[in-house]
Amino acid sequence: MSSTTLQHLANGVSLGSLYALVAIGYTMVYGILRMINFAHGDIFMMAAYFAFFGIATFRVPWPFAFIGVILATALLGMLVERSAYRPLRDAPKNSILISAIGVSFLLENLANYLFSGKPKAFPEITFFANTVVIGGVSIQVITFFIPAVTMIILAILLYIINRTKLGMAMRAVSKDYETAMVMGIDINKVIAATFAIGSGLAAMGAIMWGIKYPQVQPMMGVMPGLKCFIAAVIGGIGNIKGAVIGGFILGLGEILLVAKLSSLTGYRDAFAFILLILILIFRPTGILGEKTTEKV
Amino acid sequence: MKKQDKILTIILIAGLFVFILSADLFFDSYIKRVLNLCAIYTILALSMNLINGFTGLFSLGHAGFMAIGAYVVGIFTVPVEMRSMVFYLKPMHPLIANIELPFFAALILGGLLAALVAFLIGAPVLRLRDDYLAIATLGFSEIIRIIITNAQSITNGSLGIKNIPPTANIWWIFGTAFVTIVFIILLISSSYGRAFKAIREDEIAAEAMGINLFNHKVLSFIIGAFFAGIGGGLYGALLGTVDPKNFLFVLTYNFLLIIVLGGMGSVSGTIISAFIVTAGQEWLRFLDEPLSIGSFDIPLFRPGFRMVVFSILLMLIVLFYRNGLMGTKELNWDMLKRIGSKFSFKRPKGGEAK
Amino acid sequence: MSNVVPILKTQGITMRFGGITAVNNLSIEVNPGEIVALIGPNGAGKTTAFNMITGVYTPTEGRIIYCGKDITGMKPDQITKNGIARTFQNIRLFKKLSVLENILIARHLRLKSDFLSATLRLPQYRMEEKQMREKVDVLINEFGLSKYQHEVASSLPYGVQRRLEIARALATEPSLLLLDEPAAGMNPKETEELTHFIRDIKERYNLTVFLIEHHMELVMEISERIYVLDFGETIAKGTANEIQNNPKVIEAYLGVEEDA
Ligand SMILES: Nc1ncnc2c1ncn2[C@@H]1O[C@H](COP(=O)(O)OP(=O)(O)OP(=O)(O)O)[C@@H](O)[C@H]1O
Ligand SMILES: [Mg+2]
Repeated sequence: MSSTTLQHLANGVSLGSLYALVAIGYTMVYGILRMINFAHGDIFMMAAYFAFFGIATFRVPWPFAFIGVILATALLGMLVERSAYRPLRDAPKNSILISAIGVSFLLENLANYLFSGKPKAFPEITFFANTVVIGGVSIQVITFFIPAVTMIILAILLYIINRTKLGMAMRAVSKDYETAMVMGIDINKVIAATFAIGSGLAAMGAIMWGIKYPQVQPMMGVMPGLKCFIAAVIGGIGNIKGAVIGGFILGLGEILLVAKLSSLTGYRDAFAFILLILILIFRPTGILGEKTTEKV
Repeated sequence: MKKQDKILTIILIAGLFVFILSADLFFDSYIKRVLNLCAIYTILALSMNLINGFTGLFSLGHAGFMAIGAYVVGIFTVPVEMRSMVFYLKPMHPLIANIELPFFAALILGGLLAALVAFLIGAPVLRLRDDYLAIATLGFSEIIRIIITNAQSITNGSLGIKNIPPTANIWWIFGTAFVTIVFIILLISSSYGRAFKAIREDEIAAEAMGINLFNHKVLSFIIGAFFAGIGGGLYGALLGTVDPKNFLFVLTYNFLLIIVLGGMGSVSGTIISAFIVTAGQEWLRFLDEPLSIGSFDIPLFRPGFRMVVFSILLMLIVLFYRNGLMGTKELNWDMLKRIGSKFSFKRPKGGEAK
Repeated sequence: MSNVVPILKTQGITMRFGGITAVNNLSIEVNPGEIVALIGPNGAGKTTAFNMITGVYTPTEGRIIYCGKDITGMKPDQITKNGIARTFQNIRLFKKLSVLENILIARHLRLKSDFLSATLRLPQYRMEEKQMREKVDVLINEFGLSKYQHEVASSLPYGVQRRLEIARALATEPSLLLLDEPAAGMNPKETEELTHFIRDIKERYNLTVFLIEHHMELVMEISERIYVLDFGETIAKGTANEIQNNPKVIEAYLGVEEDA
């Protein structure tokens, strides 16, 4: 393997891991509420700002800053659900969709207003900026750190979902909302927890994104948000492992596209959408999704 | 329509005509520009409402269709002799470099091209439901924009097209808006419009009534895209310049705000709301300016505040006022008379007698 | 009997959803002019059978023949155009539209004008629209809906909604009418009226009727033949008399009551 191929692969895997982290949030919310949380990408963006202010402005040591950011973002996610989605839970589906778009629009405008539209440089953290040399290529620590963190998170998450009471409740709600309610599961708590976890993961994604692509601005969540949703669809929406697989396919695909077909670099962002449309036509349930028929 | 209402309608149209005439003659160019924008947004929001409000398809592709119309007008109406100046980085493709169209022809061509693209996109995406449709149309809107950005020799890429002749005056714009409104009203009150509404209300029942879902969805989508292209063409000609950044998908959110406020499935609601929102966005520009009373700076007012206010407005409507101004109802003379009689002191003669 | 060509015939249709088999190997025949009933306990697969016949679901196995033509896998709208109309168990009217619009919509499938002639109100369309409205007017009067015609469907009393749904189905000009629990939620008197009503429209519109129903009085009174489903299996078929005395049927119904 040539050294540049190695470099591309490393980059693809780390981008894919970032996509996967954010995609999990989409997939979890979709599994339970059957809605695209359009604001998820913007929650990601807010997390990047939180991290920026924590480290650059308030000079909190990075490990503590990270924990603070994750908690704050989880809270933000719960707040969004509580104020903008819960009141509409019994409303027509389009209303929730519009509400989600509204939240997204609001967060973007709020960020633009509060933090100004000018991009901010994400502070450099020496630990992650160090490079290691493998096979003649020097690769930054962060490039390894991202997939490692993603894998650990995935393991913990799968444990929570498959082994804990909360996870069981989540699976029950996503399988059959009404029955779960009748069985006495506290739906509100389960949904709140889902948003907290999803947003927390988005926060981790945002922090690492900031380290790897050190620029923070109000629209930064839009494209990654859309792509991660696409990753979730590719993997099979509602399925956590699927979201991870989708994330990797997208991340690797994008990096390789740019590397191997450099004349198509301008179409990089179109790649994800084309993939989405192909998957929706040929396998609408995604790679790991199950087919369901709407009851009439 | 009752005879009295017909007369009232004619008076209203005549009144509007006089208003535009006097606007054209006496208003300053800023106000004219705002009015023109309102009318263009009416076209765009109405065509989006045809798709989203009347047919119940959650499409977010309007910015893309609009871009097609705007670019066609830009590409074909810039005078041939000015093109080398506009396309200074990379000359225009020889196939089109010498084709110049009259404004009207370019406008229609833009609409038709947008409709054609909608047709091609419709085949795969209109089989999807709700949020999938939303994300797929949004994706296509971005793909259109990305293609425009990259097709340097046709669109001048990210530099955009400047020097578009300002043909679109108030008559063009209000005339087109008028035609659009009439067309859409006639369409939705026809059998086809009823079929669209049936699909919105209940797809399974509509299909059981013999309505071919896919064909009707595509039809609504194409007609909506056609008028979006027309609206975009007017927009390009009004601005005098188009550039890919003008057509980011967040632009679609503006139209969404308009139709949500006006009422998904109401023509009159959309028109009223297009004027309120568009004019409102202009006249609330002071929110973006620093404001001080005496030596005290009011802290809220600075760039970006206006859009925050608008996004909060959108949220409030969705959460507390879901049907918007009109819901699926239409403003009609009976309703206006009822409102009128509430405010007048004398009861209208004979109004109750019938 | 055997030389009558059935208007509807299913050949071993089966519907599986993931693990569950909702309907297994169902073969029925409905002859022109008959009233045939499909009964069975809750969850037996009756509605699923209707959904397969009307194209909402494509059967996992088996064929559906309508008037000698294989309609398996056809889309619901094509099937309706071919002459099968239906009502739904959980009434599916166009809720926010008026009674008049609800029925007019059901005539759209016979429209010949394209959208442009319709929008521009060209003469051919005007004529078609006029005829459409005339036919709908007749239906509205016959169904006693005239005083409601400008009201929105969701505001109507329950019984009237059921009637409207039948009127709407008839507006598509079917030869075969499928009714999914038309008497659901009705008291004995209303059920009695509905029984006559179904007979009446069957004669007047020259229909064949295939219906699902839990009200046994209605079923026994009007059906010429009955099919009984239980857990997707056809456990009996025959005349009202035969079914009433069939031990398997009694067991199926009693079994359900014990569970409940
Ligand atoms: N789209 C679907 N996906 C999964 N399972 C389904 C679907 N439609 C029906 N079923 C299942 O198939 C079985 C039969 O359902 P069906 O609605 O046909 O029963 P039914 O005989 O009409 O009952 P009822 O008298 O209650 O209306 C049930 O177990 C139901 O849960
Ligand atoms: Mg049923």
